[in-house]
Amino acid sequence: MDWLPDTYILSRMQFALTAIFHMLWPVLTTGMGIFLVLVEILWLRTRNPAYYYHARFWSKLYVLNFGIGVATGIPMEFQFGTNWAPFSEATGDFFGSILGFEASMAFMLEAGFLGIMLFGWERVNPYIHLFATIMVAFGANLSTFWILIANSWMQTPTGGEFENGKFIVRDYFQAMFNPFWRNSVIHMFMATLETSLFVIGGISAWYILKQRHSPFFAKSLKVCLATAIAVAPLQIYIGHLSAEQVYHYQPTKLAAMEAQWETTPAGQAADWSLVAWPNNKAEKNDWEINVPNALGYILEFKEKLSEPVQGLKDYPPEDRPHLVGLVYYAFRTMIGIGFFLAALMAVSTLQWLRGQLSEENIGQQRWLLLAWVGSAPLGYVAVETGWIVRCVGRQPWAVYGQIRTADAASNIPAGEVLTSFIGFMLLYTLLFGTTLYFGSRIIRRGPRLDLPLPNEDKPAIETGKTQHQPDRRPVEAQQ
Amino acid sequence: METLDYFLPQVWFFILALFLFLYVILDGFDLGVGILSLTADSEERRGMLMTSLSNVWDANETWLVLMGGALFGAFPLAYGTILSALYIPIVGMIFGLSLRAVAFEFREQANRKWFWNLAFGLGSLTAALGQGFALGSVLYGIKVDASGHFTGTIWDWLSVQSVLVALTLVQGYVLIGSTYLIMKTSGELQKNHYRTARIAALTTLVGAIAITISTPIIYESTRSQLFERPLLYIFSLIPLLGVLLIGLLLRSLSREAENTPFIWTLLLFLLSFVGLGLIVFPYIIPTRITIYDGAAAPSSLVFMLIFVGFLIPIMLFYNIYQYVVFRGKVSSTAYGE
Ligand code: HDD
Ligand code: HEM
Ligand code: HEM
Repeated sequence: MDWLPDTYILSRMQFALTAIFHMLWPVLTTGMGIFLVLVEILWLRTRNPAYYYHARFWSKLYVLNFGIGVATGIPMEFQFGTNWAPFSEATGDFFGSILGFEASMAFMLEAGFLGIMLFGWERVNPYIHLFATIMVAFGANLSTFWILIANSWMQTPTGGEFENGKFIVRDYFQAMFNPFWRNSVIHMFMATLETSLFVIGGISAWYILKQRHSPFFAKSLKVCLATAIAVAPLQIYIGHLSAEQVYHYQPTKLAAMEAQWETTPAGQAADWSLVAWPNNKAEKNDWEINVPNALGYILEFKEKLSEPVQGLKDYPPEDRPHLVGLVYYAFRTMIGIGFFLAALMAVSTLQWLRGQLSEENIGQQRWLLLAWVGSAPLGYVAVETGWIVRCVGRQPWAVYGQIRTADAASNIPAGEVLTSFIGFMLLYTLLFGTTLYFGSRIIRRGPRLDLPLPNEDKPAIETGKTQHQPDRRPVEAQQ
Repeated sequence: METLDYFLPQVWFFILALFLFLYVILDGFDLGVGILSLTADSEERRGMLMTSLSNVWDANETWLVLMGGALFGAFPLAYGTILSALYIPIVGMIFGLSLRAVAFEFREQANRKWFWNLAFGLGSLTAALGQGFALGSVLYGIKVDASGHFTGTIWDWLSVQSVLVALTLVQGYVLIGSTYLIMKTSGELQKNHYRTARIAALTTLVGAIAITISTPIIYESTRSQLFERPLLYIFSLIPLLGVLLIGLLLRSLSREAENTPFIWTLLLFLLSFVGLGLIVFPYIIPTRITIYDGAAAPSSLVFMLIFVGFLIPIMLFYNIYQYVVFRGKVSSTAYGE
């Protein structure tokens, strides 16, 4: 079958597809987990039923995401064995252990308490329920922690040596706490939180615009806004630190992120291009718009660089990434979104301080609310583009400087991989469409403000409008 | 070789066996209920089957993820070789598991449920078959060279023996699924599953007998292993115990006991598991690579043991707690409180 691309190209395409798709779901469950803990604490402290209904309403979107997160996570793990067998063999001593930790500490914790969190309202007392919710959120975030430890090690493999292509660990803690781990874990943690905040905030803004349950959703919008005040600016700063670490450890990736073909020696100033058109064949940018001398300020807050910024041409073509344009624009997209979300947060806070977000006034903030609705998908885009910078920028290495991606792929027939790849495409298209459909239906139906409060006999009187109808379905189905 | 080099791989072999066993029984009843849902004749009944799983399916499946992670870390060579050799059954299993996982939520939401019913039932069946083929191929040996890399072809996993194992595993899952439902349901639904349990017990028995007889005939390596001295006694004991347990199971079914059928089934699973474990040991890729050759470095095994070993009791504890919280029968009204 000569017309087929190589097995290894197909395996890369399949990994990229499954990773990009998997990433869409845990982002929300990890971040929203924290939000759910927040509203549940607010409920227990204020005993205001609105917070209870928030917990119930958002957890409907939570489960929808959760199921797909799990379903798409399993292919991720098993692909290391099926499609990247040499990689597994070479790195397993360390990398495999970390995945084992992720499963035993994080996934199991999350899964073990999820049932109680979703269906246990009537079965355990409120504090045990809160504990379960905390464990679910904690488990999800631990999983982010471990998977980023694993991935950071692929970027900066420390803690041992490669002997005959196999990684021999000398010091496990040095391998775990490799140079990239800290910023990467924090940046990812913030990314899930920021994405979720703007999703929840965006949906809340949509209800307020539609004048459905405005006071109710003004609450969640404010919880999101208050949290975003800390997260959005910090994320930009951590992003800066991430770029700095790339500058120190991964010259080829930095060169691709900035489309630098020629080396700038240490002690000189360099331009930073705002937009450019990288041309991989000609090894230059066809055109570019530069901000003079800005690169030093961006990387080190001073004009002259203390280390050289190496150009792509310093490396032979087989040792550097080829999708320069993709990395370059992915990076700029992420940055743009980071600044946009921070700006939206700032403007909204200003309006809040001016009293414009009070119950009477919030309906008038049309443009602001529309901006929130529009920002709901932006976090996802930033997350995906960030990963593209990280993974595509790392090429041609699977483990930076040590194992080439081409050598890491299993030697299996291309037809097999093509078949599974097409299968994943079909399945994921179906899942994506269905989730959007059901997700938007959950949103259009809106929250149920007439559920009885847990462990209380009388229905909530707060809402007044609808009389409580005992639901004949099992509690499991009501949510 | 130092004692540690022996001891650690053995410990990890045991831990992996434990994870696999927990997976097989827990997701076993889970998948079994899924397969049984194909025979449910009303939406209400199907809804009840799914409700009986709604709070545990994810935790059950996580044992597989855990097994995978632990195998990856403890025996990296086996992880790569076995999974890439079994590409088709493994990918099949993944698709099956994905479809049934999403069906839980989507079916609940959908107005027209038939598609998600099928996704749930057929997904469960596909996953079980994939696991059966994988198990069968691993048991009967994967073609590898001296360094443990796969040298066979993509259809190696398909053989008379692996078909037999796959079909028997499906029967076993249906059996344990039925006995789980006997525990969790009442009335008409429960009656129905006394019947399915009885049928599945018999078909599982037939499958087990066929496997037990044909394996030593076809496979020289198993034969020589079986007839080695101390093991011979154990291996002649296992079929006897197995027949005894099936007898007890059938008796408890005809007495309409509620919990004991599940317990006898568990013991049956345990018995077959011990038998398989003894056949496979000390290989991690039967019959070429032993656990001593395929293991990660001793320091890795210790490192993992410190973290994972101490978590095992904790994981067991909160998993059991979850079952305790949701104990009792599933029925559409009893949960309303
Ligand atoms: C809401 C999401 C989000 C936002 C607003 C930003 N990022 Fe980001 N970024 C991510 C989400 C993300 C990510 C998806 O989480 C990545 C991928 C891998 C990782 O650790 O974080 C990432 C990676 C990542 C990398 C690559 C690290 C590597 O290759 O090792 C750099 C250099 C930056 N980011 C820089 C920034 C800057 C300068 C931002 C400021 C404006 C920024 N990010 C905003
Ligand atoms: C979930 C977010 C992630 C996304 C969106 C993502 C994206 C990608 C993309 C686009 C590629 C293809 C690169 C290319 O072929 O040019 C890739 C490759 C890869 N990534 Fe990531 N990745 C993610 C997370 C991870 C993590 C957490 C790990 C490891 C723990 C990882 C390990 C790999 C490996 C092994 C490959 C295949 C080999 C390669 O092409 O380098 N990825 N990923
Ligand atoms: C940065 C990238 C990743 C993050 C932040 C992440 C996070 C998560 C989270 C939070 C879950 C729980 C399910 C949910 O809440 O929806 C999950 C599921 C899963 N992920 Fe990922 N993941 C990433 C990439 C990967 C990769 C590269 C693998 C491959 C080893 C992987 C394997 C899995 C598996 C096997 C599950 C299912 C676990 C279960 O049974 O509960 N993930 N992921």
